[in-house]
Amino acid sequence: MSGASNETIDVVLHVWRQPPGGEGRMVTYTEEAKGISPDMSFLEMLDVVNERLIAKGEEPIAFEHDCREGICGSCGMMINGQPHGPQKGTATCQLHMREFRDGDEIYVEPWRARAFPVLRDLIVDRSAFDRIIEAGGYITAPTGSAPDANLIPVPKEAADAAMDAAACIACGACVAACPNNAAHLFTAAKLQHLNLLPQGQAERYQRTVAMVEAMEEYFGSCTMHGECQEACPKEISVDFIAYMNRDFVKAQLKNRKLAGQT
Amino acid sequence: MIGELNSKVPSGPIEDRWTNHKFDLRLVAPNNRRKFQVIIVGTGLAGASAAATLGEQGYNVKVFTYHDTPRRAHSIAAQGGINAAKNYKSDGDSVFRLFYDTIKGGDFRSRESNVYRLAEESVNIIDQAVAQGVPFAREYGGLLDNRSFGGAQVSRTFYARGQTGQQLLLGAYQQMMRQVRQGTVKLYTRTEMLDLVVKDGVACGIVVRDLVTGQVTSHSAHAVLLCTGGYGNVFYLSTNAKYSNATAIWRAHRRGALFANPCFTQIHPTCIPASDEFQSKLTLMSESLRNDGRIWVPVDPDDTRPPDQIPESERDYFLERKYPSFGNLVPRDVASRNAKAVVDQGRGVGPLKNGVYLDFSSAIERIGVEKIRERYGNLFDMYERITDENPYEVPMRIYPAVHYTMGGLWVDYNLMSNVPGLFVLGEANFSDHGANRLGASALMQGLADGYFIISYTLADYLAGLLGTDPVPTDDPVFADAERSVGDTVARLLSIKGTRSVDHFHRELGKIMWDHCGMARNKAGLEKALSEIPALREEFWKDVRVLGGAALNQSLEKATRVADFFELGELMVRDALHREESCGGHFREEHQTEDGEALRDDENFAYVAAWEWTGKGNEPVLHREPLKFEYVTPTQRSYK
Repeated sequence: MSGASNETIDVVLHVWRQPPGGEGRMVTYTEEAKGISPDMSFLEMLDVVNERLIAKGEEPIAFEHDCREGICGSCGMMINGQPHGPQKGTATCQLHMREFRDGDEIYVEPWRARAFPVLRDLIVDRSAFDRIIEAGGYITAPTGSAPDANLIPVPKEAADAAMDAAACIACGACVAACPNNAAHLFTAAKLQHLNLLPQGQAERYQRTVAMVEAMEEYFGSCTMHGECQEACPKEISVDFIAYMNRDFVKAQLKNRKLAGQT
Repeated sequence: MIGELNSKVPSGPIEDRWTNHKFDLRLVAPNNRRKFQVIIVGTGLAGASAAATLGEQGYNVKVFTYHDTPRRAHSIAAQGGINAAKNYKSDGDSVFRLFYDTIKGGDFRSRESNVYRLAEESVNIIDQAVAQGVPFAREYGGLLDNRSFGGAQVSRTFYARGQTGQQLLLGAYQQMMRQVRQGTVKLYTRTEMLDLVVKDGVACGIVVRDLVTGQVTSHSAHAVLLCTGGYGNVFYLSTNAKYSNATAIWRAHRRGALFANPCFTQIHPTCIPASDEFQSKLTLMSESLRNDGRIWVPVDPDDTRPPDQIPESERDYFLERKYPSFGNLVPRDVASRNAKAVVDQGRGVGPLKNGVYLDFSSAIERIGVEKIRERYGNLFDMYERITDENPYEVPMRIYPAVHYTMGGLWVDYNLMSNVPGLFVLGEANFSDHGANRLGASALMQGLADGYFIISYTLADYLAGLLGTDPVPTDDPVFADAERSVGDTVARLLSIKGTRSVDHFHRELGKIMWDHCGMARNKAGLEKALSEIPALREEFWKDVRVLGGAALNQSLEKATRVADFFELGELMVRDALHREESCGGHFREEHQTEDGEALRDDENFAYVAAWEWTGKGNEPVLHREPLKFEYVTPTQRSYK
């Protein structure tokens, strides 16, 4: 297989177009999506379509993107009904057109979730995530107050599990994939990143309650479909939701005055 | 007019300077801090850590980001790690050694006092991050793991898998969000700074545009902190995120802030080559790959055989040939220039002949495929995802790409620009990396500035303003700045030309890369100096920005590209004036017989700080001489 194929494909794009403050609808692009190199990323394909739209005097398709390396979490769209498209463990920016065949029809829509209102075309407002973090997604550590970094050993297994959870990029695919629009995977990932570490123990239960309550203010309930894990570009496990539920139950029963005792 | 540049570097033994300086700086008492308003632009490592720290201390902070959430800032993409002189491995590291390595790595074009302070604070950053819950890699005993990085002879790099930047940024972001909850920090997302407001020579606020509604408004403060990152996107193709831009610092420059060493650009040798003209950005692969990969091209430029059918005798392992002792591990700038040289000779590989091979076959033969998978598995997967080639079987193709800009706004030891009240932190300033940045040092600088330096130096400035109110936003200076921003936006929307913003950005990028990229010469730079203004003029006549002011991504790009044109021209001027080679700045006229960078310490051991003198006028050069009291400048050799 060669690194750059000379053959191109023609696809048919159906894209959700919605002006700021207006009503949206699906628009079909056939001419604009011809001659696509399989080596292009999905977003580069949209770049090409946009250049062609601009040349015709039509406004380009608005979509969010930034790092294009799968780490900033900006990009995200429903591609043929799947968040981030068909390739597992892959954000939209890392999806390449070689996943598609000549003549394919591709449906592109914004995340569908009440907590993520559409701002324009494929751009949605995900600021509800920030409200969850703000509620308790941190370990209180004022600058300058830290002891030496090696003072508290962290078992490698715990550190690795915390890192698995911390890999979340807050793209919102979990919410878009969930039939209930729940944000349990997002919330649990941050919660368990912090709750699994020794440094996170002092605030563990108040953090759990605060984040879960903020989550429930904006998002739906979890009925354990597991779609979130399937959609997650970082393949974060639903196990963290189980940990979160356990911590939430414990938080109701725990006498926090005794939390300093071992 | 700007007089002599005063770097405000303290005197005395270098190891005491920062400590003594902190004592000499004035304080703001806790009960007075709430009387001060501070503006921070940008929420990467520098901005988020500064906001968290200043908010915690009790200042009123407003934070602005053009992203939908502060956590998207490009610091998030840093892979490799963060240096700190902890010497946990007891392998000879020390604050002085980190200082020494950074000065030397910067090719003797940075300030000793700043770099020493950076090395000193590096150890505090690790403590701070661990307390926040940053999940650094650990050993089985539960203590922190380290690795060596970028050719360093000690293991001083802390890392969180390949996502160190992400984890450090989230740590700072979470601390900042805690302050948002407490009400000390007010967060403005999807809001872009488009001008700095200066009254009587003092920074007093900013003008921003709400990217959703298009509304232009003003915010005033006692001090403004720019933490807006670097300007590598002037080249169009770079490893920077697509939104990264120079507008905040460029607007400040146009309002009087000096721009220092604009031509100092870092080109990273191990990136994936562009696959076609639609390529939107370049992807960096960790330079650790050079530990086991061998770099080569065919001897014969017309050799079209697949790599595995080219016999050893017809391959040119050019780095091993030219640098027998360092081989494939020569520094970033040397590796990059040599790759360019063979591609320019027509010996590049791949369909576009725009790369060189990075071949793991002898390493696989030596230590086995499993060991290679263990070391580089995630990088090999990433490579395959992008190129559809399996690097376990076919050599990787790599080529250098723009990665980081060492230049930036000039700041003194207190991180304040020459405009009082305007502070600049992180990659946006010029201060610590000289002409070349060492690997795993960018994260260190952003966080040192934001967590451990600015709260001291800002207090000293604010202490003098106690009892004064910020300039009200109904002052004519704000109205003027708002009008100027509004005019620019209206003009861009009204041109209704024939070419997209990306078209112009690409063209500018080509000029910059060809003439002000990895290797530069007088003729090329002079050519660029005539081409850029011509292209800029065309842009202002023929750019097509459709739609209105509300949520319009073409318009956002257009305002940024307009500033890249002016900055690009300044970069070229700076490269032209610096008649020497140093670090990432390689002037072909100034090289040793072996083709290595030839510094001219007698004439160019200074910071070049440029002053804006109005549209169409030549900028004025100010020089800040660099003195080396602790590390003697030497010529680098990697033979």
